[in-house]
Amino acid sequence: MSRATGSRWGLRVLGLGYVFLLLLLPLAFIFYKTFEDGIAPPFEAITSPDGLHALKLTLITVAIAVPLNTVFGVICALLLVRHRGRGAAIVDSIINLPFAMSPVVIGLSLFLLYGTHGWLEPGLAEAGIKVLFSLPGIVLACVFVSLPFVVRETVPVLQEIGTEQEQAAETLGANAWQTFWRVTLPAIRWGVGYGVILTTARVLGEFGAVSVVSGNISGTTQTLPLFVAKQYENFNLPGAFGAAVLLALLALLAVLVMNLMKRKEVA
Amino acid sequence: MGITVEGANKSFGDFQALKDVSIEVPDGSLTALLGPSGSGKSTLLRAIAGLETLDTGRVVIDGDDVSTQPTQKREVGFVFQHYAAFKHMTVYENVGFGLKIRKMSKDKISARVHELLDLVQLHGLADRYPSQLSGGQRQRMALARALAVEPQVLLLDEPFGALDAKVRKDLRTWLRNLHEEMNVTTIFVTHDQEEAMDVAGQLVVMNEGRVEQTGSADELYEQPANEFVMSFVGEVNMLGEHYVRPHDIEVVLDPDERTEEGMVQRIVALGFEIRVEFVLADGTEVWAQLTRSELQRLELREGQIAYLKPVQAKSFSGSPAPNHPGASTLRGSHGGGEAERSAAV
Repeated sequence: MSRATGSRWGLRVLGLGYVFLLLLLPLAFIFYKTFEDGIAPPFEAITSPDGLHALKLTLITVAIAVPLNTVFGVICALLLVRHRGRGAAIVDSIINLPFAMSPVVIGLSLFLLYGTHGWLEPGLAEAGIKVLFSLPGIVLACVFVSLPFVVRETVPVLQEIGTEQEQAAETLGANAWQTFWRVTLPAIRWGVGYGVILTTARVLGEFGAVSVVSGNISGTTQTLPLFVAKQYENFNLPGAFGAAVLLALLALLAVLVMNLMKRKEVA
Repeated sequence: MGITVEGANKSFGDFQALKDVSIEVPDGSLTALLGPSGSGKSTLLRAIAGLETLDTGRVVIDGDDVSTQPTQKREVGFVFQHYAAFKHMTVYENVGFGLKIRKMSKDKISARVHELLDLVQLHGLADRYPSQLSGGQRQRMALARALAVEPQVLLLDEPFGALDAKVRKDLRTWLRNLHEEMNVTTIFVTHDQEEAMDVAGQLVVMNEGRVEQTGSADELYEQPANEFVMSFVGEVNMLGEHYVRPHDIEVVLDPDERTEEGMVQRIVALGFEIRVEFVLADGTEVWAQLTRSELQRLELREGQIAYLKPVQAKSFSGSPAPNHPGASTLRGSHGGGEAERSAAV
């Protein structure tokens, strides 16, 4: 074996070993633990009223937060790349803030803004809108933490496709709206799609920010990740593992859907 | 449809891309905008299409001032150097795009697209994606796409710039024939003077944001308005104050009062044409274009001393500013060498 192949094998073992030990092994172990005593215990935990409610709440949150951040993300990426004005660099780095900040801090800042003595509380209370300890607060927290994904995935794709295709569409008579729907969006759809998947995964799993603003009330404002933690605290390990596996499966499903779409496209 | 640009100015920040440019493109002509990179030729073309907005000046197409009209309304067909193919659409969808935007019926779109695919010799490739085509095929698809909407004028921005030499030549001939057939007013941008002369009836030579000269290939070559046109259109040597074309240098073995002594530095055979590079006594480098038979007759070797006789030379006396022709032509004697050269060619 030559030295080059030797070091290549060394790198492979190192890389795959790292992934196996830190990613696959814990995941596999959770699956194993969940179904150690058959499918019944985890199934019961998930289908308990609290478990089902947590699942429902999480899916509703995804259904609101992901489209919001998708639309915002695409518009924002277009502004950053195509209409780069003054202050674009600042906006660019502000968008990264949710990546840099701990979710707990994000939760706390929302708490300060919308809480009992928060800035926006008087007006919202008058309008009869309750943000904290209810769905709007959970959605806000999830939107905040998952905001950068679509922007970050879309910006490089927009830069890469350039403006020529859009200009060609213009010379062929397409207006701005037609150009966006027929040319720009199809050209960036994989970037956007990847951003949507990451956003979905993040919203599904968000714990820190949601635990601060939701109040974590079982059967009311408890999302699936909070449910997992609660079961774990109550020493209901099959329930915790079951819910955890369900979360993991949802995320896997999202990735799978995207892969299927991509394969259909290539075929 | 004739195109007129009057007093066009355009700046990008500190860079002035167009400086008071005016051109006149006759109806049905095939015109080349020729110039080095940064000369403003692409900016001018894009301004005609409405893809750039002029700071000052007017664009008139078929008698209508379109300066304030958006690109969509100008009815121009535009072909980009890098094809600008819609990558997620098939060849059929690409060509039919403009027709679909115009809400034409499916049957009519199908008929028109197939007609155009025949025209650009892409029949049978309708269901391919651009990534499955060669560069030349992609550019022909882009051309069909631009022609589909029956534009008033056809604008091509370095259409063959990204293709290899053989394909370029084929497409050149093909474009010329296509223009003869369709007769749509066409402007194309190129930095390749041979390409411009081969394809276009009228050439507009641009440099540093200005138009240096407009005319036919012959006019530009025979009566260049200034040093820039002289040296950009065709090859040129400097002999003292004079500009001499390499084929206007006669190489002889015996000196007389009009010859300059030079040493053969390099002999490069480019097929039938031979490029002989000399260095003169004062260090000037000059090259002469000979035919293979002339070289054989002279039996030139690298390192040998020979004598150069300019048959025809030009000098641009007075101020060197462009747009001031002031050119005088020096005619050397037409000796036996000239006659022989004609015979050889």
